[in-house]
This record gives sequence, C-alpha cells and structure tokens, in this order.
Amino acid sequence: MSEAPLLSVENLRIDLAIADARHAAVKDVSFAIGRGETYGLVGESGCGKSVTALALIGLLKAPMSVGGGRVRLHGEEIQALPAAQMRKLRGKKISMIFQEPMTALNPVSPVGRQIAEMFVLHEGATWREAERRAVEALASVRVPAPDRRVKDFPHQLSGGMRQRVMIAIALACNPDLLLADEPTTALDVTVQAEILELIRDLSAAKGAAVLMISHDLGLIANMCARVGVMYAGRLVEERPSQEIFSAPSHPYTKGLVASLPLLGDRAKHGRQRLREIAGVVPAVTNFPAGCRFNPRCPAASDICLSDDPAPTQLPGGLVRCHHHD
Amino acid sequence: MLSYLARRLIQTIPILLAVAALIFILFSVIPGSFASSLGDDGKSVLDAETMARMNRELGLSDPIYVRFARYVGQLAQFDLGVSFRTRQPVAVVIAERLWPSAQLALASMGFAIFVGVPLGFVAALRPGSLIDTGSMVLAVSGLSLPKFWLGLLLMYLFALKLGWLPSFGYGDGGLKHLLLPAVALGVSPLALLARTTRAAVLEILDADFVRTARSKGMSETRVVRWHLARNALVIVLTTVGLQFGSVIGQAVVVEKLFSWPGLGSLLIDSVSLRDLPVVQGAILTIVMIFLVINLTVDALCAAIDPRIKYT
Amino acid sequence: MSPLIAHTDPVMDANLMNAEVPPGAEFWFGTDAQGRDIYSRVLYGARISLTVGVLSQLINTAIGVALGMSAGYWGGWWDDVVSGLTNMMLAIPSLVFALAIMAILSPGLTSLLIALGLTNWSYTCRLARASTLSLRNQGYVQAARILGYGDLRIMLTQILPNILGPIIVIGTLGMGGAVLAEAALSFLGLGIRPPFPSWGSMLSDARDQITTAPWISIFPGLAIFVTVLGLNLLGDGLRDILDPQARARTA
Repeated sequence: MSEAPLLSVENLRIDLAIADARHAAVKDVSFAIGRGETYGLVGESGCGKSVTALALIGLLKAPMSVGGGRVRLHGEEIQALPAAQMRKLRGKKISMIFQEPMTALNPVSPVGRQIAEMFVLHEGATWREAERRAVEALASVRVPAPDRRVKDFPHQLSGGMRQRVMIAIALACNPDLLLADEPTTALDVTVQAEILELIRDLSAAKGAAVLMISHDLGLIANMCARVGVMYAGRLVEERPSQEIFSAPSHPYTKGLVASLPLLGDRAKHGRQRLREIAGVVPAVTNFPAGCRFNPRCPAASDICLSDDPAPTQLPGGLVRCHHHD
Repeated sequence: MLSYLARRLIQTIPILLAVAALIFILFSVIPGSFASSLGDDGKSVLDAETMARMNRELGLSDPIYVRFARYVGQLAQFDLGVSFRTRQPVAVVIAERLWPSAQLALASMGFAIFVGVPLGFVAALRPGSLIDTGSMVLAVSGLSLPKFWLGLLLMYLFALKLGWLPSFGYGDGGLKHLLLPAVALGVSPLALLARTTRAAVLEILDADFVRTARSKGMSETRVVRWHLARNALVIVLTTVGLQFGSVIGQAVVVEKLFSWPGLGSLLIDSVSLRDLPVVQGAILTIVMIFLVINLTVDALCAAIDPRIKYT
Repeated sequence: MSPLIAHTDPVMDANLMNAEVPPGAEFWFGTDAQGRDIYSRVLYGARISLTVGVLSQLINTAIGVALGMSAGYWGGWWDDVVSGLTNMMLAIPSLVFALAIMAILSPGLTSLLIALGLTNWSYTCRLARASTLSLRNQGYVQAARILGYGDLRIMLTQILPNILGPIIVIGTLGMGGAVLAEAALSFLGLGIRPPFPSWGSMLSDARDQITTAPWISIFPGLAIFVTVLGLNLLGDGLRDILDPQARARTA
C-alpha cells in the first residue's frame, strides 16, 4: 500500500454567497502534493488560486465558504475539523505567506515579537525564550544584525525585509506545508529572486512542501516540479513543469506560454509581438455554460458551448478540454 | 519621541497666540458694544462709575496696538487682570474653579470611556447581534440628546422623585454630587466613542495583519488581545482627545444646570455680569486646557503607534 | 404652517387661570406657569430651532467649502492662512466660541445665526481641502485648465460636484449639532429670549417648575431629541448613499 500524499485535495468547491444565491467560485479542483514537493498553481488574477489556498488553511471569510470536496493532510480529512483543532494545525502544520508584506504585519508590534508569538502559541515557550529564538529565526532568513532588527517595527523595514520576516514567521514551527500566495509580486524585481531562493532553500532544509501561487508562469516553472493551471475556478491542466512549456495542451495554457517573452527568442525569430489572450476572466456570477474558457478560446466549437469538459488523463498529468492536443 | 513632542508643542504656540488675538478683538476692540449691550438686555445695568472704571482699566483711549501689546505682555506673565465685580485677580478666580471643572470633565470622560469603548468592542465582535443593534441605537440616541434636558430628567428622577442623590450643587465635592452631572455630560462622548470604537474594530478585523495573525493559529481572543487592541486604541485615543474639547464646551451648560462651581458656570455668570476680564480669562483657560489635552493625547498615540513620530 | 395647526397663540395667550395644567384633552402637552399651551409653543419653537439649525449650518458649509476648496486648489500662502485659521477654530470648543459671540451681540435670531454660522466650519473646511487636493491633479481637472477655464469655473464645475457627497453628510449631521447648540444657548439665556418660544428657552423656564410640573420640561426636550435624532439618522443614511468609502467599509 502506497503512502498517502502529504496533502490531497479532491473535488474542492468554494461557494460565493451573493444575495441568497451560491455561486461556485472554485469547482472540482483536485490535486495532491507529496512530502517536500513544490507544487505550482498558476493563473490570471480572479481565477481562484488565492481562495483555494485560504480554503486549505481554513481562513475563508464570508461570503466565501467551502461548499464541498475533501482536503486531506497526512491522509486525515481537515476540511471539516472543529475550529479549535484547525487552529492547532494553522501555523504548526500548514502556514502561509501573503502577497502584501506592507500590510501583512502588525504596524504597532515589533517584528521580533510577531515571530516570537509562533513559539509561544505552538511550542509553549516563555516570552523570553521565544524572543531569543526569534533572533535565530531572523538570522535564518538572512536578515543582517538580527538581534537589533527584532526590535524594529514593520515600517522601519524594506519590503524585502518584511517578506523575510513573514517567511521567518511561516517557517518558525517547521510546518509540513507552506502556502506562498504571490510572495514576490509586490517586491522589486531585484529582491524577488533572493526571496524565492530563500523560500526554496529553507523549505528544502526543513522538509516543508510548498504550494507556490503566482500569475507568473516563468517563476512557477523555475520553482516547481509540477504545475496546475487554473482558469475561472477550475483546474484546467496539470503537468510536470518542463512539459507545460514544451507541450502545453489546454488552449489557455498555450496562450499563457505564448505570452511569455523568451530570452534569445528574438534572435532566433526576429522581432515579434508578444501574444496575448483576448478578453478577461469572467466574473464568478457570470461564468458561461459549457467550458468556462469558451468565450476566449480560439478553438471553441459547439460542444464547448454546451458541455463542460471532463478531465482527460495525459502522461504525468491531466487536461480539461474537448480539443486538447 | 522627545523631538516629536517638542515640535508639537511649538506648533501650538501660534494657535494660542491667534486665539488670544481673537479674544482680544472680540472683546477689547469692540468693548463699546459689550458694555452698551447692557442697555438692551436690561438684566444687569452697569452704573456710570463702573463704566468709567472699565474705560480706565482697559485703557480704551490708547491705540489698539498698544492695548494688544499690553494684553499679550500681561498674558505672558500669567496676569489675566482683575475682576470688575469682585476686585480679585482673574487668575485666582479661575484657579478656584479648575478643580471642580477637572473633576466633572474627568468623571464624565471616564464614564464615557469605560462604558463606550467596551460597548463598541463587543458590538464589533458580534456584528448584527442584539447587543450590536441595541448599542448602536443607544449611540445614535445618545448623540441626539440635549445634555441639559437629560440632566433635567436625571435630576427629576434621581434627586426629586427617588431622593437618592442631591439635585444640584457641589456639596463636599464627593461622588454623590458628581454623579448626575457627570452622566449628563458623558452620554454623548460615550455614544460617539461606542460608534468610533465599533467602526475602528470592524475595519481592523478586516486588515491583512489580522489575517496573518489568524494564519498563525491564534484564537480570536488572542487576535484581539495581541493585535487588535493596540491598533484600535490609537483611533479611540484620538477620538477621546477630540471629545474632550466638546466636553469642556458642553460643560458650560451642565455646570449651569447643576450649579456646579466650575469654569463653565464662571464663564456664563461672568457673561451675564459683563465681567470682561473674567470672561476673557475663562475662555483662554478653556482653550489652553484643550490644547494641553490634545498634546497629551498626541504623546500617548505616539507612544503606542511607532509610525506617528515619523509623519 | 405652525399657525394652522397650533391651538392658541404661543406668546400672547397667557391665562393664569390655566397655569400648570397637566397634559389632557384640552391642552395636549399641558400648560406652563403662565397658562400658555405647551403644544402650541413647541410647534412655534420648531420654526426657530429649525431655521437656526438649517441656516447656520448652510453658512458653515458655505464658509468651509469656500475656504477649503480655494486653499486646496491654490495652495501657497493662502493655504497656510486657511490651515492656520482652521487650527485656531479647532482649538476653541465651538459652543464656547458661539457663547462668546452671543455675549457680545444682543440676543436674537440674527445673532444666533452669526454665532452658530461662524463657529462650526472647520471640519467641512478640512474635508473640502483634502478632497480638492486629491482632485487637483486629476486628468479632467487638468484638461479643464488646458481648455483655458478660469480657476473659479474649474472649482465650481469640476471640483465641487465631486466633493459634495461627504460635505452634504457632514452638513446634515452639523444641522443636528446646530439645533442642539441653539437650544443650549437659549437655555443659558443667551439665544432666543422669553417670552418667544424656542425649545431651549422653554426648558430654561421649565427648570424652576420641574417639581410641580415636569411636563413643561418633557415636551420641548423631546422635540429637540426627535429633531436631532431625525437629522442624525438622515446624515447616516446619506453617508451610506453618498460616501462610497464608508459604504465599502461597512460592506
């Protein structure tokens, strides 16, 4: 009998309640992450990546709620755990890094204290001991002069430094799974690479699996072994990351790949316009019938307007399209 | 921190000067109208001798700028002049009234803070609940109540009908005499504080850092104690500072109603007695107290919120 | 409207035979110490209180908008002057300021309008200044400038309509405050003088009879309370409609 994956998500559905009606913002999303694996979730903003992560850690807020499906951690269902038990998992087993380091830290609390809270909450440390370990945690995320920085307030640190603090908090109690929701989007390009490297190194050192969420396919491909592509609340394609570049199957994925500027590409093919996907992601209340991508899809046919495609297995992955390659 | 406070202190000096100038213009440049209006109301008539003394003491024959310079010079030495009526130095008359006024203002603000802030907190943490709806209905009502009418009703109920408390006066300055005026004066800041606290807490509950705190696996109680309370306190304190000004102003009416011997009743009595130096001194003192309170609140906010010093 | 629905003349119809009659069929709200019908007096008092409340707040709004918008738009020394004035106004509790002005002027409606209309514009001014500052460099304002519109025309046609919402809200809430302030001043004997009925001056009279005739105190106060409550609720409602920021916050 094979061992259960660290995290498995089956047919996750997330409802958005608007005036008595429940719309499925996320529907039939299934994927699994192994121990220590780095899994990427990619898609345009509004496609449901972030709410999926919030659902996993149990932090969806009204009007959003989990409407169905199973989430298993170490083989045990966690989506229906009582609040108190879910709270024990949060931070200890599953932790999260958010997009906005400017606002994700409490502005009136020293950063050391905000790290130290983790040790007090989950390891029963005293405040004195926790503060000492906060210095070590800051050092581990390569913040210079950590013994002085712990006393700083968030507004005294740069965006990159603040995101390092967030990483120190998230990894403080050696979680099994780290959810990283667009961890570098709000940062300067020069800092982005350092932060990604830090996440990769530390999660590897601590044996934590990472769910990396980004709209940046290039970043995901660099970091992750496997990639899931989300569109309008659905997982439309899931592949090993090399294959998704070399042989994208879903028309949406193809569009995403084609919109990437490739280094050296211009030298090979001469000056070319970057391709774009026409149109925008539809609103949750306004998802089209049939395949949700049909209004923007170059390959759409009659069946796409009427029937929602079922997932098709590919070697090493799956795709959800009537006309997949 | 110290330099921030020094800067704020220096900023208040021109305001104080401007207020002094304004009061001077209002009362001293046109004292003719202040004195002659006595004929109109017929309540208190100044005799010719008092009029002459007023002219002499105010140096009304001097040019305006000489009079203003003299006025500011005297102020700088904390010399507020001499009461026309009692011949006592104004500073002494005012000093006698400071403690009762402070008692009333602090008691009513204390009442407002210790009831209003928890009420707003509970309302925000249970939005839509009975206690939320109830306290917000109370808050709107509290803001709409005329203080002297509320005072009158309290007086009627607790003093005249039930006989539990004295109806007016300072007595020995004890809690029994303080209670009714403090409640009458404290109801509208209470209402405003409850509303502000509720709005502040609701807004902070939506903040990203609260989501971070929850993602750490914190219980809601700890989220409130560790992360929400301090942030809400800054907003609450600012409101407290602003409300103090209105309380000091409204105290005039409540002190008059309850015959409380504070600055407010001194001001209104001096207005009807046309005791110009006391009126001027009382207003200036009120403004100064308000500025000191605002400075204190700023200092407290700066101590709680590290971002303030840098803005 | 008041003369049509009032029962008796509120000032002249004194009848000592009817003094201090409790509320009943003939005198709905009872009579006061001089036998005047309180119901009629409360109705007439509404005219004064509402006139003062509405007009004085309109003056405040006009001053606040004019100063705040021009300061925000022109900036420079004028902005410094206006900011200084605003800070000074904020430092004086507005009731004390109004009281000082009433002490100089003779009591009456005009004096009340001056005293209350000149002392409560600082919040409107701050708001108008801040919103103008944020609009000043918007594309459509710059476009109007390039088209050669005059400053005054830009302020009135491009900026004012866009900052009006929150200002109307503050103005409505301020009306409630002005009704309360008028009542307080009249209660202190500095506003409308007896025998003319203003809710505040009626309460001032009523204080002495609180033991023997509490109804004299109850009805004028209730009238103030209901009026101010109505204005406050109207202001809150307008805020929900007109101020999208506040709406987003509560949503």
